Amino acid sequence: MNHTESNVLNTGTHMASYDDYYEALISAHQGLDTAESHAMNARLVLLLSNHIGDLSVLQAALRIARGQPLANESTSLAGRDVITPVVPSHASA
Amino acid sequence: MKPNDIPSYAFRGTGEQVQAIQFAYRRSPDQDAPQPVRHSVVIVGAGPVGLTLAIDLAQRGQSVLLVDNDDRLSIGSRALCFAKRTLEIWDRLGVGDPMVDKGVSWNVGKVFLRDEQVYQFNLLPEDGHERPAFINLQQYYCEAYLVERALQLHNIDIRWKNSVTDAVPGEDGVRLTLNTPEGDYSVLADWVVACDGARSPMRGHLGLESKGRIFRDRFLIADVKMTADFPTERWFWFDPPFHPNQSVLLHREPDNVWRIDFQLGWDADPEEEKKPEKIIPRVQALLGKDTEFSLEWASVYTFSCLRMERFVHGRVVFAGDSAHGVSPFGARGANSGVQDADNLGWKLDWVLRGRAGVELLQTYGPEREYAADENILNSTLATDFITPKSEISRLFRDQVLALARDHEFARRIVNSGRLSVPATLHGSPLNTPDTDLFAGRMLPGAPLTDAPVEVEGQKTWLLRSLDPEFTLLVFGEVPAWAAGLPNVQTLGVGSDLHDTQGLLAQRLDATPGTAYLLRPDQHVCARWRQPSEAAVRAALARATCAPQ
Repeated sequence: MNHTESNVLNTGTHMASYDDYYEALISAHQGLDTAESHAMNARLVLLLSNHIGDLSVLQAALRIARGQPLANESTSLAGRDVITPVVPSHASA
Repeated sequence: MKPNDIPSYAFRGTGEQVQAIQFAYRRSPDQDAPQPVRHSVVIVGAGPVGLTLAIDLAQRGQSVLLVDNDDRLSIGSRALCFAKRTLEIWDRLGVGDPMVDKGVSWNVGKVFLRDEQVYQFNLLPEDGHERPAFINLQQYYCEAYLVERALQLHNIDIRWKNSVTDAVPGEDGVRLTLNTPEGDYSVLADWVVACDGARSPMRGHLGLESKGRIFRDRFLIADVKMTADFPTERWFWFDPPFHPNQSVLLHREPDNVWRIDFQLGWDADPEEEKKPEKIIPRVQALLGKDTEFSLEWASVYTFSCLRMERFVHGRVVFAGDSAHGVSPFGARGANSGVQDADNLGWKLDWVLRGRAGVELLQTYGPEREYAADENILNSTLATDFITPKSEISRLFRDQVLALARDHEFARRIVNSGRLSVPATLHGSPLNTPDTDLFAGRMLPGAPLTDAPVEVEGQKTWLLRSLDPEFTLLVFGEVPAWAAGLPNVQTLGVGSDLHDTQGLLAQRLDATPGTAYLLRPDQHVCARWRQPSEAAVRAALARATCAPQ
């Protein structure tokens, strides 16, 4: 499948060369120890997440990455499920 | 009580004088009554929340019995940051000015990673507001000004050294047993409001609990007196060189006192960390060896985010820390408690006057439980950022900070505390949903924004111009039928007050004919482009739980 709608996670093929991409990903970590690689991956997740920008797409990716079926909509964190989610109104401050 | 019976206390004195105030215990005639005397409202706890509610009710004409188990003001600075909305509520109660005059006003916060600034925020980025985003003021000053105001109101009976030792709910009220230096006595209360703090003995008397999360971290809070040239801003460090791997928060208080919070970690020994010989080197590391300072007050604390499942239990209502608790990062404790009082005051008054049924008062529950959830969520998110609870959470936190220096998006993720803003009561049963299109934030449920206005040629502020009753604010000519609305003040923009800078219309997205219906606690409950009498009456009925 090859989704093109902006609010759907694209898991179809749409890169010119997946070999080039994978080589770039692995070689970017060369020379780093495990802790440094984990830190780099974290920065990478943050940068790409911001680029995607759409929370529903990111949530779909998080579910797949976690190994959960896409239909399962509950990702509430333990201890937070009683809390009504709200956007802090000064989040733009 | 006759005014000349009131002892004069040094309410406007120095910090030492204010903290030395000891209120006189007085024997009440209730203690000699053959039968327990009935009171319409008993408030338990004379802290910022109980005092705010007592003053509000008394100004609305209600008689209030306020009991406190102690005879002193708050020891140490404790609650420190009082938010704009809290100041606006206190303005209505006549105590905003002394708070702001004494307090340190601030709007700007800075976040540092190690020794570099990564992020700066302004909590009040626009002009045209009377009050700043925050003032910092020691809790004892705040309480002193509130007690001073309460003693001016003849219908507040404050009884110091009256400790509630039992509460028995009945059909039409609550029987309270009070312990005093002269023994026990009982009173009956139509309504009891428990403003008795995080450990709330009232909660215990009713067999109720407040539940939530406890955060496994410890913080040292130190109030230090010194002359320093830090600006009047909130400074927050992650991993500073003077306190590696932990966070530090610095705040200015009145009287050259500075609040410093040091994160210590869960393994720190609280008794050991409270010793001056442990605290002084930590402060010296921040200030440098040559800065002279003295330690005013210190405490080591852990915190939790807690909430009672429901805030209204029959005739007993919980407000402030007794009902909900948050971490201090965000200043959402005392500020949300004062908003609780603001929400409850007019509803209790309406029920006591017979203007509304108990259903109105019961809406305090869902409205403030919703607000508590918002505060707990914000507080929890900040605490998870400051005190990551797993290795991976710590990794992401540190990498957010690493990216924040050069990348704007990451600065928005950095969370050193999302500071208190009042809840917009989305979905409240008292709101009338919009039928007309409006832009902006003043939707039904929102606390009304302030704006500069002119009344009779004098510059003043919108919030200062509102009565403590419902208000129909109309842009342009006030319709003739509005005069017949019960318990509603009408305010015409262009006649009663003038929007000389245009900011009022801008902030309310108003056009000629636009009308806002405001609750007595200044929350918007309905708005229209061209209101009809029937629509306004229906909204008013809805906002007061009147049968329609």
